[in-house]
Amino acid sequence: MTRERLLDVDELDVSFVTEGGLVHAVDRVSFHLARGEVLAIVGESGSGKSVSVMTLLGLTRAPNARFGGRAFLRRPGGDVDLVGAKDSVLRRIRGNEIAMIFQDPMTSLNPVHRVGDQIVEQILAHEDVLEAEARERAIGLLDRVGVPRARDRIGSYPHEFSGGMRQRVMIAMALSCDPDVLIADEPTTALDVTIQAQILERVRELKEGRNAGVILVTHDLGVVAELADRIAVMYSGRIVETGTLDQVFYDPQHPYTWGLLGSITRLDLPRPERLPAISGAPPSLASRPQGCHFRPRCPHEFEKCPEDPPLEARVDARSEHCDRCWLSPDEKRRKRQVTPNQIGLEAKGAVA
Amino acid sequence: MSAGNGAAPLVQVEHLKHYFPIKSGLLVDRTVGNVHAVDDVTFELGEGETLGLVGESGCGKTTLARTIMRLLEPTDGTIRFGGDDISSASQRALRPVRREMQLVFQDPFASLNPRKRVGQIIGAPLKLHGRDGDVGGRVRELLERVGLAPEHASRYPHEFSGGQRQRIGVARALALEPRLILLDEPVSALDVSVQAQIINLLDDLQDDFGLAYLFVAHDLSVVRHVSDRIAVMYLGKIVELAPADELYTKPIMPYTDALLGAIPIPDPKRNRERERIVLEGEPPNPIDPPSGCRFHPRCPRATEVCARVEPPLTEYANGHLAACHHPLNVSAEELAAATKSPASPLSAGDELPQPS
Repeated sequence: MTRERLLDVDELDVSFVTEGGLVHAVDRVSFHLARGEVLAIVGESGSGKSVSVMTLLGLTRAPNARFGGRAFLRRPGGDVDLVGAKDSVLRRIRGNEIAMIFQDPMTSLNPVHRVGDQIVEQILAHEDVLEAEARERAIGLLDRVGVPRARDRIGSYPHEFSGGMRQRVMIAMALSCDPDVLIADEPTTALDVTIQAQILERVRELKEGRNAGVILVTHDLGVVAELADRIAVMYSGRIVETGTLDQVFYDPQHPYTWGLLGSITRLDLPRPERLPAISGAPPSLASRPQGCHFRPRCPHEFEKCPEDPPLEARVDARSEHCDRCWLSPDEKRRKRQVTPNQIGLEAKGAVA
Repeated sequence: MSAGNGAAPLVQVEHLKHYFPIKSGLLVDRTVGNVHAVDDVTFELGEGETLGLVGESGCGKTTLARTIMRLLEPTDGTIRFGGDDISSASQRALRPVRREMQLVFQDPFASLNPRKRVGQIIGAPLKLHGRDGDVGGRVRELLERVGLAPEHASRYPHEFSGGQRQRIGVARALALEPRLILLDEPVSALDVSVQAQIINLLDDLQDDFGLAYLFVAHDLSVVRHVSDRIAVMYLGKIVELAPADELYTKPIMPYTDALLGAIPIPDPKRNRERERIVLEGEPPNPIDPPSGCRFHPRCPRATEVCARVEPPLTEYANGHLAACHHPLNVSAEELAAATKSPASPLSAGDELPQPS
C-alpha cells in the first residue's frame, strides 16, 4: 500500500452548543484516503458520518460549532489543514480539489437556474477560461455521465429532469474541475435500484479512470460491498471498527458491525423466520453512556465495558483492522456466529 | 390466481384503472391527455395474506393502493372488499368499510400531526368511528402492543425517533381492528437495524390479528421477507405475479430479472463473482406509454412482436403469472401447459408465448 495519500484526518472532533447542552457529534475521528481507493463510512442516522465529511469542506462552520483535531489535504502546493483553514482558502479548494455529491438531487440544484449555467458557474469560479469554452466542457461532462442529448438538455431547468438525471448533473458538476477527492454523501439513497446501478457505475469509472479518492457515506451495506476498498463503521460519533472490505465483512470485530451485517435482508440466502434486529435505539448525542457507547444495546456487555475501549488493532497488531471492543478476538469469533454460517447479534437478554 | 384457499378473497380488484387527467386551457379546462398511472390491473388478496407490490418510482404502485382504498376515484374497473363492490359506493356507504382498511405511510415525520399528543393521534380513529367508550385504555393497550410504553401517550411526536414514530403510525392503524392494512413503503425511511424491528413487529401483528397486508415498496429484499406473493408493476401494469420465493429463484419477465440484478449483494465475494446486467435508460413517460409490451424499448430480449402486441398475463405452474412474449426460466413443458390468465388486461393479445 504505497499509494499517494490525499487526506489525513487526525482526531477530528465536532460539537455543537445547543439549548439542550453540548451535542458531541463527532468524537476524535481519524481516517485517511489514498488515490484510487474508495473509503466507505457506514453508520445509522445520527452516527456523525455526514457531519464528519461536511466538516472537511467547512460546511458545518457556524457560530455554535466547536472543532478540534486536524484534517490535512495533501497536495503538491503544500498541505492544508482543512479544519483550521481560512474561509477564503476553503473556497478555492471546495469544488476544485474536493468535490461533493449530496444525498438529495431534488434539493441540491438551484431550481431557478438552467443546469448548464450551474455547471458553467462552477468551472468559471475556479478556472480562468472563456465562458464558451466552459460551456463546451459542461456539455462534454453531461455526455460522459450519461445524460442523453447533452447539447439540448444543457438549457433545461432541474425540474425537467428525473431524479436519476439530476444526480448525474450533480456528478457532472462535481467532476467539472477534476477533483482529487470526491465525497459522495448517500449518492443513491433517493434513487431506484436500476438507476442506482447506473450511478454506481459512474463513480467506479471516476475512481478507476481518473485515480481520484472517493469517500462514500452510506448506510447501505450492499452499495458498500459493491464499491468500497476500505470501511469505517461509525456509531454514536465514533469509529468503532475500520478495516478492508473483506476484513469487515468476513471477520467483523465489533458487536455493532455484527448487528448491522445481521439485520440486512438478504436476497442471496434462504429467508430467515425472523430478521435479527439490534434492540433499542442509538443513544442521544447529548448524553452518552460511559465507556463503550454501544454498551446499552450490546448482549455481550461485561465488567470491562464501562471503561473506554481505544480504537486498536486487536486481531493482528500489524494490520489496519482496528476496533473498539474489549472482547478477545477468540470470544468475538465465537459470539458473533448466530448460526454456523451467519454472523449477527443475538437479542439482548437472550442466553446463548 | 388466488393463493389456492377456498374462502372468498378479502380484496378483489378487476381491470382497475386510474388515470390522472392533464388539463389545459384558460377558461375551459380541456383534458389534453392522461397519465396512465394504473392501467387495467387485476389481482386478489386473501384474508391474512401479504401481497408485496414492487416497482420503480412512478410505476403506479402507490396510486393503485390509494385507489383500492377509494382515496382516489377509479377511472374504470371494480374493487370488491369482502365480496361487496365498493368501486362506486358513496362516502356514507364507505364509512364502515373504511374502518376495516387502514394505511401506514412512508414518512413517519410527516404523517403524524406535530401539535397533537400521541394519545390523541392514536385515539382519533376511535372517536371518529364513535367508539369513545374507554379511549385512554385502548390507547395504552395499543401502545404496549407495538412496543412502546403506556406513558408515551402524553408525549408529542417530536420526542420520538423515526422507528418509534413508525410504531405510533402502526398503532393508529390498528386502533379500529382492521382486516386489511396498506403499508406504503413503511420502512424505507428507517435505518437498517430499525427496519428489522418494524418488520418483525408487522410479522407478529399479522399472526396475532390475522391481518392482510398490501405491502408497497421499492426494496425487493424487504418485500421478499414479508410477502406471501409479490406483484411487479411497470408503468401502470402488473407484469409479473408470483409466490414470493419463486419470484426470486425463477423470474420470468426480463424486467423482474433486471430489477433483481440491480440489487447489490451485501457480500463482497459474491458481488465480485456476479455478472451485472445494468438496465440502461429510465421508465418511459406514462402519458404516452410505448405500444405493445411497455417494457420493450428497454428490454434486451425484445423483438418485433413486442412492439406490436401487448402480451397477455400468462399463467404458469404454481399460479405464477407473467406478461412476456419471450419468457425466461421456463421449460418447453411449462410453456405448453401455460394458459392465458383471466387477469390479463383487456387490451392484451390472445397469443401465448411460443417455444423458441
